[in-house]
Amino acid sequence: MPYETDYTNQGFTKVGTRVNRPDGVDKVTGRAKYGADANAAGQLVGRVLRSPHAHALITKIDTSKAEKLPGVKAVLTGKDFPDLTGGNRGLMDILENCMARGRALYDGHAVAAVAAIDADTANKALKLIKVTYKQLAHVTDVDEAIKPGAPIIHDWVRTAGVTPAPTTASNVAQRSEFGHGDVDAGLAQADVIIEKSFKTEQTHQGYIEPHACLATLGPDGSGELWVTTQGHFTFRNVCASLLGLEVAKLKVTSSEIGGGFGGKTHVWTEPVALQLSRKANRPVKLVMSRDEVFRATGPTSSTSVDVKIGAKRNGKITAATAELRYQSGAFPGMWAMFGAMTSFACYDLKNVKSVGFDVLVNRPKVAAYRAPSAPMAAFAVESVVDMLAAELGMDAVDFRIKNAAKKGTKASYGPVYGPIGIGPTLDAVKNHPHMKRKLGKNQGRGVACGFWFNFGGQTCTDLNIGVDGSVNLTVGTVDVGGSRASLALIAAEELGIDYEQVRVTIGDTNSLGHNDTTEGSRGTFSSGMATIFAARNAVDVLKQRAAATWDIPVEQVIWEAGEARAKGRQNNNLPPLSLKEIAAKSPRTGGPIAGHNEVVADGAGVSFASHMCDVEVDPETGATKILRYTVVQDAGKAIHPDYVEGQFQGGAAQGIGWALNEEYIYGDDGRLQNAGFLDYRIPVCSDLPFIDTQILEIPNPNHPYGVRGVGETSIVPPLAAIGNAVSNAVGVRMTHVPMSPPRILNAIETAKE
Amino acid sequence: MRFESPTTTKAAATLLASESGIAHVLAGGTDLLVRMKMGAIEPDLIVDIKRIESLRTLKVAAAGVQIGAAVPAVRLSESEKLRNLWPGVVEAANLIGSDQIQGRCTVVGNLCNASPAADSVPALIAAGAKALVVGPKGKRRVAVEKVVLGPGRTSLARDEFIEAVVLPARTGKSADAYLRFTPRTEMDIAVVSAAINLTLSRGIVQSAKVVLGAVAPTAVVVPAAAKALIGSKLDDAALDKMVAACRAACNPIDDKRGTIEYRTKVAGVMARRAALIAYERAGGSK
Ligand SMILES: Cc1cc2nc3c(=O)[nH]c(=O)nc-3n(C[C@H](O)[C@H](O)[C@H](O)COP(=O)(O)OP(=O)(O)OC[C@H]3O[C@@H](n4cnc5c(N)ncnc54)[C@H](O)[C@@H]3O)c2cc1C
Repeated sequence: MPYETDYTNQGFTKVGTRVNRPDGVDKVTGRAKYGADANAAGQLVGRVLRSPHAHALITKIDTSKAEKLPGVKAVLTGKDFPDLTGGNRGLMDILENCMARGRALYDGHAVAAVAAIDADTANKALKLIKVTYKQLAHVTDVDEAIKPGAPIIHDWVRTAGVTPAPTTASNVAQRSEFGHGDVDAGLAQADVIIEKSFKTEQTHQGYIEPHACLATLGPDGSGELWVTTQGHFTFRNVCASLLGLEVAKLKVTSSEIGGGFGGKTHVWTEPVALQLSRKANRPVKLVMSRDEVFRATGPTSSTSVDVKIGAKRNGKITAATAELRYQSGAFPGMWAMFGAMTSFACYDLKNVKSVGFDVLVNRPKVAAYRAPSAPMAAFAVESVVDMLAAELGMDAVDFRIKNAAKKGTKASYGPVYGPIGIGPTLDAVKNHPHMKRKLGKNQGRGVACGFWFNFGGQTCTDLNIGVDGSVNLTVGTVDVGGSRASLALIAAEELGIDYEQVRVTIGDTNSLGHNDTTEGSRGTFSSGMATIFAARNAVDVLKQRAAATWDIPVEQVIWEAGEARAKGRQNNNLPPLSLKEIAAKSPRTGGPIAGHNEVVADGAGVSFASHMCDVEVDPETGATKILRYTVVQDAGKAIHPDYVEGQFQGGAAQGIGWALNEEYIYGDDGRLQNAGFLDYRIPVCSDLPFIDTQILEIPNPNHPYGVRGVGETSIVPPLAAIGNAVSNAVGVRMTHVPMSPPRILNAIETAKE
Repeated sequence: MRFESPTTTKAAATLLASESGIAHVLAGGTDLLVRMKMGAIEPDLIVDIKRIESLRTLKVAAAGVQIGAAVPAVRLSESEKLRNLWPGVVEAANLIGSDQIQGRCTVVGNLCNASPAADSVPALIAAGAKALVVGPKGKRRVAVEKVVLGPGRTSLARDEFIEAVVLPARTGKSADAYLRFTPRTEMDIAVVSAAINLTLSRGIVQSAKVVLGAVAPTAVVVPAAAKALIGSKLDDAALDKMVAACRAACNPIDDKRGTIEYRTKVAGVMARRAALIAYERAGGSK
């Protein structure tokens, strides 16, 4: 039975409280089991041999010596992965990324793998594999890759999205355009026009837990995979397709996850581990080293963006346009498209156009990173917005308020907005005490806005009530940031029972129907919706059991405060039946009581945030210190405010690292030079101030509680907010992220000349 | 791989001398274990020196300081006397890694690892520290700046190791200071650094030693910079001259951690700031 998804302004007793998370004790005591914590009898150690070259033909791989080494149980190369993709290019890209097929496409690309009885033997075996390479010309920079004469990454790629369809190969995999109105006409009306180009370097999500799995696959084609992932159902489907398995015969269990942020939405070594297991007929455990995580998983794009915005003297924007070039690594992606879609989403614009170019380079395949592609577009656009406000002599917040999108605005990427929070977050920023802090010498303040779509997707949830009245809620989204606590609160709210009575389990792929990957800020939105409905489904059963017990029609039973109550004067003699009482009698009233729901959770509400930050820049070294940072974001409804704030703070912290220091550094040889946490600098505690948060609640009309996703938007504004703050502090416009000390010092010195 | 933990320096020296393969001394292990884990080295013998009582001693007196090769960096900061005598050496040792790292790592390990960016090395050199080297033929004493030959290379023979470093007697109004530049506030590696040791008389610099780190294959002693300070009260002209001398002495590389230009510029900035701190600590006022 379908349940109503519309927002109803219901009151809450549990939702909105700050209860302890159920997985907290496990996590602080070390009892929680992560990707590398599972072991099986007779397991082998899997290791992957990776290309040291940015681009090379693999003319020969000699594995004979490795195979002869005692203790080696399986050796694989690209030849061991027959093409079962049926012409599906997307699947083939995944397969080719997992294991090179005749050509190494980036430094770190897998070319062979071994399974051996221990790590020493596996490492020795890797050294015995002799790969003969013929190096090819390579390109790693996004702008270089689209120049005529650049080495072509794939000769089969024709730029999609242009007419007429091109006939020659290009590194531009896709062109995508969004907007409406007439930009040229709009610019002609402008009193002031600002045009500027920006670059951002490639960053990695930097999750602390490396990829790890334990794979078992027998000759009968049935197997199990224990893995750290954001989407075990997706992993199952993809691995099954690549390896020719039936979906139902591969059971995938998601471990606890030590961070993913989008990087654990794709398979990397899992199909390799399964194939090694099939060949060796033993379980194989494969854990990536940090070096492998950096070189061979999916960082986000490096970008190059041009923005042009015009406005009237009165502060009204007349037209805005952007060209966005995003590299997607060695395989086509849709990352520039997301950049183009999000770039102007915060504003109400008559004339707007954004064009994205997805560009292939010899770098690892780009994956999602928290609101993928939006931060870079926001950096460019929000920088120009700031410059425009300054040029017009307007306050940067007032200028944004004047042009902010609102209910009824046609978004630059197409749809018409419902109730949204960009205006209210800007009002909150304007009135925040942070705004009144006096700035000292070498200090600057920056503000920026950010937008993200959010996603709903396929969801399936089970709720089982034990005979003692305790409740087991099984969901198929992974707990990446406290969702078990939020979902238990929702179940407790619906059933009218204590939060502690609910235990939430992340179900494996054989215990629930398909659940989409935990991405697009969907965990609490979609599993929350399915939990509400599963609980309501269980309440229907509870009411039936009470009706049967009382021998009255079920229509006369209502569910209130955790008990069945009989309505009507004729039922006055019937005392209420609590959930516990009904559960205790369930063996004799029809058996176990359960609720179930499967839903495509459409209508994820868009989400907006405004950030402000104060920085101090050392003019002699170019070092930036973040003095104060404030996040204001619309959560729709904060089910568990702590974890909403945690998401706000986490996004800001990652954004600060990205803005100031994080970057992939490639040498002229196309090799990654900083594949480790020493030289890939994510911030440490002492680099960050306390990150202040303010939650706004503008209900999403398409969720019973008004929930919007909150996980991603918080990383969208930081690059721009910090860029604006640093530029204001040093008096020079910063156009290249990260704004590392050498870049800032260089900008200061160049401006002096 | 063999792992030995002898209890005397003699036994340690014998073990090292009789190993035909690759032998490594293990102090805190914060470099050695990382390199082993990375697969950069595969030793045949590891000699853990932490069981040798004499190497675990830290002697602090105005007449001289001895820091045993197995003394973890955290113990330096725990000694108030040492902090007062050699604040620059202590602050350098306390920049290594983090609290966890400092609970294990040693300044001798820092020296023997021979990284151009090692934090305690410029401070030890500025302090005029000597290394006590033990080998099969007995002991020798060598200035710290003579230990490191280049990145990852020392002047120690394969059967020698360092027992301790000693700092000279402290006289008059003296103080040292160490500053490094890192993009992060901690858990980072010096992009450039400067150590300065000064002795004053009536506010005038009598003697000085200026040492730069991470601007050349080894730490660089800059006599011209010291000369610029001697006889001054650290007025701007003297400081400018010192900064220019420092920049002229830089011979850095362009790499992922910094450019030649940036390192050269910031070396001067660090040296100027360190000089002012040392001056104030020594009782000078401006
Ligand atoms: C997370 C992290 C952060 C770090 N941060 C910094 C930093 O900020 N600044 C910095 O300078 N370093 C840093 N380091 C490097 C390292 O911690 C220091 O170099 C430390 O001082 C090494 O001391 P140790 O006792 O651990 O040396 P070990 O690892 O035990 O030894 C280092 C090397 O010296 C040799 N050796 C050790 N003792 C002797 C001896 N008595 N005689 C002869 N040879 C010897 C060993 O064989 C080995 O080759 C960091 C390391 C890590 C892991």
